[in-house]
Amino acid sequence: MIAELGHFALVLAFLVTLLQAVVPMAGAARNNPRWMAVADSAALVVFALVLFAFLALMHAFVRSDFSVALVAANSHTLKPLLYKISGVWGNHEGSLLLWVLILALYGAGVALFGGRLPRRLRARVLAVQAAIALGFLAFMLFTSNPFARLATPPAEGNDLNPLLQDPGLAFHPPMLYLGYVGFSMTFAFAVAALIEGKVDAAWARWVRPWALAAWIALTAGIGLGSWWAYYELGWGGWWYWDPVENASFMPWLLGTALLHSAIVVEKRDALKSWTILLAILVFGLSLIGTFLVRSGVLTSVHAFATDPARGVFILLLLIVYIGGALLLYAVRAPQLKGGGLFMPVSREGALLLNNLLLAAATATVFLGTLYPLFLDMTGGGAVSVGPPYYEATFVPVMLPLLLLMGVGPLLAWKRGDLPGALQRLWLAALLAGAAALLAFWLAGGETPLALLGVGIAAWIFVASLTEFAERIQLFRHPASAGRRMRQLPRAAFGMTLAHLGLAIAILGMTGASAWKEERVVNLTPGASVAVGGYDYALEGVSRIQGPNYWAFRARFAVTQSGRPVATLEPERRFFSVQRLPTTEAAIHTTGFADLYAVIGDPDGKGGWTVRIYREPLVPFIWGGILVMVMGGLVSLSDRRFRVGAPARARNAALPAARNA
Amino acid sequence: MRRLAYLLPVLLFALVAGYFLLSLDEGRDPSLVPSALIGKPMPAFTLPGLSAGAPPLESAAILGAPAVINVFASWCLPCRAEHPLLTGLARDSGVALYGILYKDDPAAGAGWLAELGDPFRAVGVDRTGRTGIDFGVYGVPETYVVDREGIIRFRQVGPLHPQVIAEKILPLLKTLKE
Repeated sequence: MIAELGHFALVLAFLVTLLQAVVPMAGAARNNPRWMAVADSAALVVFALVLFAFLALMHAFVRSDFSVALVAANSHTLKPLLYKISGVWGNHEGSLLLWVLILALYGAGVALFGGRLPRRLRARVLAVQAAIALGFLAFMLFTSNPFARLATPPAEGNDLNPLLQDPGLAFHPPMLYLGYVGFSMTFAFAVAALIEGKVDAAWARWVRPWALAAWIALTAGIGLGSWWAYYELGWGGWWYWDPVENASFMPWLLGTALLHSAIVVEKRDALKSWTILLAILVFGLSLIGTFLVRSGVLTSVHAFATDPARGVFILLLLIVYIGGALLLYAVRAPQLKGGGLFMPVSREGALLLNNLLLAAATATVFLGTLYPLFLDMTGGGAVSVGPPYYEATFVPVMLPLLLLMGVGPLLAWKRGDLPGALQRLWLAALLAGAAALLAFWLAGGETPLALLGVGIAAWIFVASLTEFAERIQLFRHPASAGRRMRQLPRAAFGMTLAHLGLAIAILGMTGASAWKEERVVNLTPGASVAVGGYDYALEGVSRIQGPNYWAFRARFAVTQSGRPVATLEPERRFFSVQRLPTTEAAIHTTGFADLYAVIGDPDGKGGWTVRIYREPLVPFIWGGILVMVMGGLVSLSDRRFRVGAPARARNAALPAARNA
Repeated sequence: MRRLAYLLPVLLFALVAGYFLLSLDEGRDPSLVPSALIGKPMPAFTLPGLSAGAPPLESAAILGAPAVINVFASWCLPCRAEHPLLTGLARDSGVALYGILYKDDPAAGAGWLAELGDPFRAVGVDRTGRTGIDFGVYGVPETYVVDREGIIRFRQVGPLHPQVIAEKILPLLKTLKE
């Protein structure tokens, strides 16, 4: 009964969304305030309806109602409650529902807190947003109904893919979706601005928090996914250039570009049509990301063959939204008046270069990800171009960008002083060289790219701190530096933090890919193996029983020159329902490196295949991502972004505005 | 000219979307891989062995009996997925299975095989991808079936799946053995 109510709520939501897409748009065109006002109440109603549907589905999962096909296919009575709940979005239909729920949540947010938005813009943004929701609701109702019933319900469910039964992955999709859908907001603002034919600083000020919020969520989501792959897959790697990872990485890269170009629109009234184009493309990539990850377009060769209706529907959605928006762009963007002029060497110039490089980097990832899809379409299978491709294409594009990151923030708007900026970076250059030398001394010169990576991480780190010190004039007028620091807008702190975070993460990525040590050996209990200066003694392997699995649990005593360091207990779990084994790596972190142990299969003669890794600097990756997320949050809390306070904040921030 | 620049994104998009729409429409069969090399002799190669002591893998040494050549890499996720199938194929059919480690570090490849099991009769390391180019490898994994004269008879782009093995490879190996 509740499932039917949920289904009914979705149908109702579809109808209200239709209303929300049409009436406010017409109202904005005819300047009819009552028609425009429909948008707000409709957005709230849609949110309530979709929330109800979502809760109804969750109810079915928690109660293990196997007469609902989706629950039967993805759940099991013995599954822990957390995974019963995360099972709601651990599948195609449910994840679509989550997507629409977040979309409706953002819409309700605009309706409730967008009071300061110009009425016409608000009506149009909500109408565009409704048009997006309309397509997704139709997709769900016509091809992927989450509430479909089974005529003969099974006694027990099919369980969730064991790999997904993990706290990291339970929250990974919602985070990613917060990001993807966040970019639907910038898309809606871009399309509304194109219809309106006006892009100005106020528009950019409205768009930036959305882009920033989406970026924060996406950064956290990617971090969670990478962390999950690191400890759950048990292969000792944290990034595989897998299509599913790339699908979230592409909107992140281009979203980062959008974040930066929106600054230029806000401060200097330039790069308008480029920013609009970025907003459209980022959402396009978000859509592709959504479909790639959950619909199995790339992961399963036969996804389209088994259900061509879904494939066609997905393509049609992309064509309507992205193709439509690009067509609108082709017609309206030439009429957008260009604003402030600037010299090539200036803050604007640096941000533009940042954008071009990020766009090029996105293009390389796009080609590497979609090329197998093209092959698949023409009849091949899903091949992998893998790290060799990305090392040859992506890395060379990123290197100049990372060097630029140190200089850009020191350039003035309009006309920058490049020699002057470089002069102020002597310390950064010196320390970068020193860091590379130190790495050479510690690790040798076998991996020149790694030395470069360490140097670049140090360069960005010190340059960001230099820029911050310059901004508060720490060395010129140290006495009043504290006061200047307190007056700095939060966005300035945010930028410095985010850049520092990236530097930390780059150091981690460099170390993890260059200096990882790995040994695969066959051990019998009592024997030990030495990896990276630590001894791993296998004390024994026991069999344990989990809620819906049983497992081999190994016990390693890790010692360093006789001194005990840690006990590692990796597991190999066997999930009885889906007959899939999963590995649970055991990880001990020293802060600078991870000691990582995985237990494999028994050899039948009392020995066990074990894999031991020493993963240097991997904790820095997670730490760096965390700092980046914090930077984003600090920036988001800037009062200039806070809804309802833009005018007052502008005056309050004036003393520091020169620097911002 | 200026207008054309604004039109460019939508035109590019139309091109890609049109391509996808067309290829969705056709009833396609993934096993119909157009390969210029089918029916032709496999390219000659001599590749260093996986470990220091191992003999090199030579194309000449493969001749004389039907063989399956699998191109793989330790960094490749689909390879991991197809590995059990490959192991099963070698075990069940008794065919000579050779591996080409593509653009990968020999040590990483050896570790990969130590972990997942080594079904290969011999593995050659194609560090630069040069032999891959001769074979026309799109990416990894790819699998080739060659007859006793070394003529390529079948090619699978992407991971093997049970259906391909049962319906294509096993019957083909059966006829090749006669």
